[in-house]
Amino acid sequence: MRFVDEFRDPKLAKTLIERLYQRAAQLPYTAEKPMQIMEVCGGHTHAIFKFGLDKLLPPQLEFIHGPGCPVCVLPMGRIDACCEIAAHPEVIFCTFGDALRVPGKQGSLQQARERGADVRVVYSPLDALKLARENSQRSVVFFALGFETTLPVTAVTLQQARREGLSNFSVFCQHISLMPTLRSLLLQDDVRIDAFLAPGHVSMVIGTAPYHFINQQFGKPLVISGFEPLDMLQSVLMLVEQVCEASCKTENQYRRVVPQEGNLLAQEAMRDVFVLAGSSEWRGLGLIEHSGISLSPAYTVFDAERRFQPQVQSVADDPRARCGEVLTGRCKPHQCPLFGTGCTPHNAFGALMVSSEGACAAWYQYRHQETEQQDRQRRVAG
Amino acid sequence: MSHHYDVVTMAHGSGGRAMQQMIERLFLSAFDNPWLNEREDGARLSLAELSRQGDRLAFTTDSYVIDPIFFPGGNIGKLAVCGTANDLAVSGATPAYLSCGFILEEGLPLQDLHTIVSTMAQTAREAGMAIVTGDTKVVQRGAADKIFINTAGIGVIPTGVQWAAKTIQCGDKVIVSGTLGDHGAAILNLREQLGMDLGVQSDCAVLAPMLAPLRTLNGVHALRDATRGGVNAILHEFSEASGCGMCIDENALPVKPAVRGICELLGLEPLNFANEGKLVLVVSAQAEEAVLNILRRHPLGVDAATIGEVTAHPNVCLRGVLGVSRQLMLPHAEPLPRIC
Repeated sequence: MRFVDEFRDPKLAKTLIERLYQRAAQLPYTAEKPMQIMEVCGGHTHAIFKFGLDKLLPPQLEFIHGPGCPVCVLPMGRIDACCEIAAHPEVIFCTFGDALRVPGKQGSLQQARERGADVRVVYSPLDALKLARENSQRSVVFFALGFETTLPVTAVTLQQARREGLSNFSVFCQHISLMPTLRSLLLQDDVRIDAFLAPGHVSMVIGTAPYHFINQQFGKPLVISGFEPLDMLQSVLMLVEQVCEASCKTENQYRRVVPQEGNLLAQEAMRDVFVLAGSSEWRGLGLIEHSGISLSPAYTVFDAERRFQPQVQSVADDPRARCGEVLTGRCKPHQCPLFGTGCTPHNAFGALMVSSEGACAAWYQYRHQETEQQDRQRRVAG
Repeated sequence: MSHHYDVVTMAHGSGGRAMQQMIERLFLSAFDNPWLNEREDGARLSLAELSRQGDRLAFTTDSYVIDPIFFPGGNIGKLAVCGTANDLAVSGATPAYLSCGFILEEGLPLQDLHTIVSTMAQTAREAGMAIVTGDTKVVQRGAADKIFINTAGIGVIPTGVQWAAKTIQCGDKVIVSGTLGDHGAAILNLREQLGMDLGVQSDCAVLAPMLAPLRTLNGVHALRDATRGGVNAILHEFSEASGCGMCIDENALPVKPAVRGICELLGLEPLNFANEGKLVLVVSAQAEEAVLNILRRHPLGVDAATIGEVTAHPNVCLRGVLGVSRQLMLPHAEPLPRIC
């Protein structure tokens, strides 16, 4: 298949891995204390597990799975607010598929649907807009979720709704900005991140400049990476080369998609429709300053929370869950006491087990049997 | 017989004249066979006739509730015959008799029902099966979705055929009879209104004729048709029943480019997609070539391929394109598309 198989070529992968082994040997890192590379994006996490990329890396390198899965960091209280809105009899509540099963304190949107709410899965906010046009007697609410990847399409949808004067359309805005979160991670005391793989799709929108503070202020190398195995292996090699050469900069491996300045039209639409709105709660990480996004004054009329006034819900995660430590590289998913027992993909306790892009869900999906086997062997040996 | 604006009404399920007329004009004329034409409450089947073909009966049932009821490559009626016939065929049986129960929603266009019933009759006839007994119920609008069909089937297993998952052994080969996920992709595209020009049809087909020659071959251990849950679900069933593992090679999976495309786009796996005309077979290494040859000689089996082998450790795993193996979990529920 074109544009896919070229980027999964086993021969080229082998060449990159050999080169990685050669260069990694020159790093000031060891198997005991490896260079920890945080892949920020959930799409990268999924690719690492799906293709087994972490198993192909030399022992001096290790991936840490970052916070870049918008579904994983979705606070439970926000889902409860969505369910409350969805329960209004006139509402058609539209959501992306992977938010459907995320549990709130009062259950998931899927469970709300089982109780009679009209909850529908859409593939784009434009599908929700179409539903609003076709159902003038109903109130259509779109659950706007995600980072800068999905922000532009929500923005364009709202611009269209405003032009059409659609009064039965609104959005529940759970958009968040990635950059403040990276800053917040780096400001923590015991930071165990040596370098970053930056998300390709967010970068396609925002461009490369917003990452510079990570190099300049925190001294961490960063490479914007595509999502195929060769993209990611090449990006890791670029990070290793930077460390070998004692340089620290933002590089763009995903040039076939990411222009240096980003997507200017998308940025303009985002500026028109959204404003940065103080702090936002991230599941597993807590409150992060400046990461919240809300509708600009011209668009607040489309704000579902204004329209339906759901109760503000604040729900604490189970204190035994170690999501925050996994997110910051202090703990591997299977080392959490809840992993695979109290917390599984169909009964997620913690944030990272919720979406298939979460580190714990990916580990569970692709590695759980292995972990069990190793445990069994250890028990037998002991 | 009906105008395009005629619809199913409560009267069609009342037991009165409207129902009698529908049974006669629609079902009896389409399914037309001596057992049904006797018009008794139950079909009377000759034991002697059945006994001549083998020493055991296979008996199975399935209900069909697919939405949409018409799709590229078939409709709910074709599915209702193929699905039950295939469950008999993978037991080693020659499918012989079918029952069918209809639950119709008030308001279903009679033209749609007519099309569905004609397709059922034609599919059954081509498969050498007779629809010998049936039932029709009509429920109020909203109490069912257009049409639900239940079929049960009886087939005869020839003496000596002992296909069963518990006979699977370490070292056996895992074969699929053709491209994976065509039905699932075609339905997903239609149901979710993705609007993709896939050019992929449902693979809905009766597999019994392709399978019949395998029954005289040594080394065929187990067969299943990979419907809901896809090939992945069958691999887990086989693993559980045999206590062995299944190791599958991702490079060996036959998948049409359009199906791969929809999977890549939505973050789904072709191994989890439903099929309605594809088999998973586990055969001894010695029988592998002969089985592939038999399958490939039939038009439904030209893309048959060995996709992996049976291993000692009871894991189901997939060896990826870069040579790293990962476990294949059985999804808890239907996988959902990812947002980014």
